[in-house]
Amino acid sequence: MDQEMKLTKRDRISIWWRSTFIQGSWNYERMQNGGWAFSMIPAIKRLYKTKEDRSAALQRHLEFFNTHPYVASPVLGVTLALEEERANGAPVDNTAIQGVKVGMMGPLAGIGDPMFWFTLKPILGALAASLAMSGNILGPILYFVLWNLIRMGFMWYSQELGYKAGSKITEDLSGGMLKDITKGASLLGMFILGALVNRWVSVTFTPTVSEVELNEGAYIDWSSLPAGTEGVKTALQQYDNGRSLTDTNVTTLQDNLDSLIPGLGGLALTLLCMWLLRKKVSPIVMILGLFIVGIVFHVLGIM
Amino acid sequence: MDLTIIQIILVIIIAFLAGMEGILDEFHFHQPIIACTLIGLVTGNLGPSLILGGTLQMIALGWANIGAAVAPDAALASVASAIILVLSGQGEAGVSSAIAIAVPLAVAGLLLTIIVRTIATGLVHLMDAAAKEGKIRTIEFWHIIAIIMQGLRIAIPAALIIAIGARPVRNLLESMPTWLTDGLAIGGGMVVAVGYAMVINMMATKEVWPFFAIGFVLATITEITLMGLGIIGVSLAFIYLALSKQGGSGNGGNGNTGDPIGDIIDSY
Repeated sequence: MDQEMKLTKRDRISIWWRSTFIQGSWNYERMQNGGWAFSMIPAIKRLYKTKEDRSAALQRHLEFFNTHPYVASPVLGVTLALEEERANGAPVDNTAIQGVKVGMMGPLAGIGDPMFWFTLKPILGALAASLAMSGNILGPILYFVLWNLIRMGFMWYSQELGYKAGSKITEDLSGGMLKDITKGASLLGMFILGALVNRWVSVTFTPTVSEVELNEGAYIDWSSLPAGTEGVKTALQQYDNGRSLTDTNVTTLQDNLDSLIPGLGGLALTLLCMWLLRKKVSPIVMILGLFIVGIVFHVLGIM
Repeated sequence: MDLTIIQIILVIIIAFLAGMEGILDEFHFHQPIIACTLIGLVTGNLGPSLILGGTLQMIALGWANIGAAVAPDAALASVASAIILVLSGQGEAGVSSAIAIAVPLAVAGLLLTIIVRTIATGLVHLMDAAAKEGKIRTIEFWHIIAIIMQGLRIAIPAALIIAIGARPVRNLLESMPTWLTDGLAIGGGMVVAVGYAMVINMMATKEVWPFFAIGFVLATITEITLMGLGIIGVSLAFIYLALSKQGGSGNGGNGNTGDPIGDIIDSY
């Protein structure tokens, strides 16, 4: 074999596309191993021609692997570079390849989870969902297009980056840039979560705290309005001047809480959920429990 | 309402895609906002399904598969509740009861995922055998079978619900008293907190809590849209990163103690 073995761009595109299905045969024993081997197949076909070589390559890529599905791409890239060297006779053994895979998957999952699951998905999801809830079709379209553009772009460029940098990538990873991105993502994520908790966790208490009879002139006296459109006009003018619609001022428990800061109930509930999660209460138990609380409190007239 | 044959086929295809994505987590066909909207689109119920998708998406924001842990299953929840909403013919009025049905379904979907992932363990051993023989095709075959199983995980329940038909579904939903549906709607407003709590627990450190507080307070100003809040958040992150670098490089020189207010007081 004089000719140097090289992966073509087409091979790499094919690997990139296959890595979309990396979690397809996710299993409790070796997790993403089947999908990893499935992704590596175009490279194995290109680099190894004999049955023995292919068999050995397939077996070494069916070892345990698990990381965030998108950051598997840079690991794939590095592994491709290593396999290429190996096929060209460089002394890269199985342990080196498995070592690189295992060495990269942990730290990278630590980047992928906060970036994609805890920042991008809640932000895009909340933005799209708030559009959709008001009946705007742009919500789902925006979510689908942006999510996939970012994901596919990230997977392609990080795979290429890994392939070109080869085993040197571990140095790049410890550099400042990725640390900054991870940190920035978690700062942004927490900021948005604060906003989401305030806007979307709805806890409303209905009991009435006080009912105050208003003085004459502070409310719209519906019985003494002129008839017809003139009456509507007067009523609107009076309302605009700050007159109340009814002759009593009802203050609910919720009004009292809102005068401290709106969203306090939601915040307390979120903190309670965090505490329960840390006490190893299953999220599903909590979700079902909250529905029961909702029904019971509603029937009792508290919510 | 009753569905035509073509509509039924399209709904089952969407359910299949959602099932696949429930494990792949790539295109996000299983996210409620996509799955519900698509089902609404093919059945001519776009408006209510869109609102259902948006509302469910809010609840499912924090659901993520992390490591080997499996989150409640958004795929079955969104597909089944959208089908039920469409079959009931209640339109927007049916959204809150559809959500209440979605949550137990998310649990059922979770159990189905666990079953399929366990079966996949067996498939991987078949791949091992194929690898020893160097049979590339066979490995590809079993991997694709595993993906198809995940698709069927949602497509079969979806077909079952359609087979049960509109009338029983409508009867079930209409027999729900208002105290129950109202109570479920109130519960639905609260369960969002669970998803957020899951995410916060993963991210929270001493350093990032102040950002949570600022976000919480700024959100009370209802004139700022979510987009606007996003811009503020990105800016804050950039400012923080830039400042924390300056602090690092300034250490040791000029008596910079990292306490700017203290420095000002000292110099007077």
